[in-house]
Amino acid sequence: MLGDYMILLGKALRCCLVGPFRRKGPKLVHVIQQMDAIGVQSLGIVCLVVFFVGLVIAMQTANELLKMGTEMYVGRVVGLTMLRELGPLIATIVLGGRCGAAIAAEIGTMKVNEEVEALQIMGIDPVRFLVAPRVLAFTVMAPVLAVIADYVGILGGFILGICSLHLSGWQFITIMMSGLVVKDFVSGIIKSVVFGLLVGSIACYFGYQTEGGAEAVGRSTTMSVVTSIVMIIVADAVMTGIFVYIV
Amino acid sequence: MSNASQANESAASKDSPHIEVKNLVRAFDDRRVLDGISFKVKRGETLVILGGSGCGKSTLLRHIIGSLKPDSGEIWLMGKEITKMGDDEFSEVRKKFGMLFQGSALLNSITVGENVSLPLQEHTTLSPDIVEIMVKMKTSMVGLSGFENLMPSQISGGMKKRVALARAIAMDPEMLFCDEPTAGLDPVMTAVVDVLINDLCKKLGMTAVVVTHDMASVYRIADHIVMLHKGKVIFEGTSDQIKASKDPIVVQFINGEADGPISFKQTGDDYLKTLLGE
Repeated sequence: MLGDYMILLGKALRCCLVGPFRRKGPKLVHVIQQMDAIGVQSLGIVCLVVFFVGLVIAMQTANELLKMGTEMYVGRVVGLTMLRELGPLIATIVLGGRCGAAIAAEIGTMKVNEEVEALQIMGIDPVRFLVAPRVLAFTVMAPVLAVIADYVGILGGFILGICSLHLSGWQFITIMMSGLVVKDFVSGIIKSVVFGLLVGSIACYFGYQTEGGAEAVGRSTTMSVVTSIVMIIVADAVMTGIFVYIV
Repeated sequence: MSNASQANESAASKDSPHIEVKNLVRAFDDRRVLDGISFKVKRGETLVILGGSGCGKSTLLRHIIGSLKPDSGEIWLMGKEITKMGDDEFSEVRKKFGMLFQGSALLNSITVGENVSLPLQEHTTLSPDIVEIMVKMKTSMVGLSGFENLMPSQISGGMKKRVALARAIAMDPEMLFCDEPTAGLDPVMTAVVDVLINDLCKKLGMTAVVVTHDMASVYRIADHIVMLHKGKVIFEGTSDQIKASKDPIVVQFINGEADGPISFKQTGDDYLKTLLGE
């Protein structure tokens, strides 16, 4: 299973990185279509989720900070949490649930309906036609959504700080910025790139491995979502360890 | 090379079979699904591979189109042995044949016109205008002018088969392979698809291999028939010859009789043993 996944991932990466120089890369129009489906159309749900996550973190921490009279630091907590962890994490988990499942089901159905075999018979490489545009779109759009998620999550905390804790906007932003360094932002972006690559490739892998009928498509979809979420969390733990203790 | 030797080579290539299968063997576990299959198909000829369900005819077709690799034997397409070819070399051969799948296998996320234009867009550098003209030409050849902007989900099963046929001939292939092209169609639509396959093969000079078990279709389209039973060729000849055959298996099959040497009465255990090759 892992071997097949690595082979598919290798083929997709070669197609994206080397293919364009040999006229064997994914077509730009296919990549843009996927970027729209994966990134643009997920923007609303990602923003909705991270806004409330930011609001909840602010409420939980403000409650404790108030006891110590340090509620003005709520912005710093929300900023650090969103940039380092929750912005990239929540954005890609939502992507995995929304788009990863859809892609696993789409490719799985195509496999069951002999559409993938038809592409091969027509001399069209299914990795180039189906897998590479989707993996590339996930890898590009995940960091874009993560950056937007960072800002929207902080906005949730900002609104709580202004309305409930009676902080001034300037105070919230200044204290938040004083606790942030470039590494916090960059580490979040690097994480989101890896998460995007994982979600895209895992969704395509499970779709591509589908054999049988409707039941197999359902199984592939479930496996895609579950594996994506588990792998995102594992990758997050590994990368957090690297950023905290090594880099 | 002299003109005379060029002419000799050309004559030889015309006489040599367009498709040749030599002693093809393929087993799944211990069960031989194809057991020493051999036949030849001349250029421009329509071969029908005939046989009951599970006799190995679709497996044979999948070997000919390169989707499966045999355990032993050779498959020659257009004078080239394909079983030992690498992917890159075989992808060039693939561009010279079209395939019509049993379930049509149209891409459901794109329109009828985009389905037909797909091979042209992927394998040629033709401008969009020329591709559009070619798509209109191909769809009109299968009687579906004006359907280009519909989605596959908006057309009937018979229309899907015709769109799949238009896609299969989009690149003007030398060979056409059809896997049960009339399965699930009513008798009128079956005749329409048969006539289309016949006409297109004649107009475009294609060699065709058609897998079917529909005898009406066989008599309409076959120049040459190969019948399989339990992985072996049990009959090879023309429509007239198969009608005159005295082989009880052939007679039972072409007359569609329930009683005869082809037994459909088996227990679940027997079926399992057959599947497991015991």
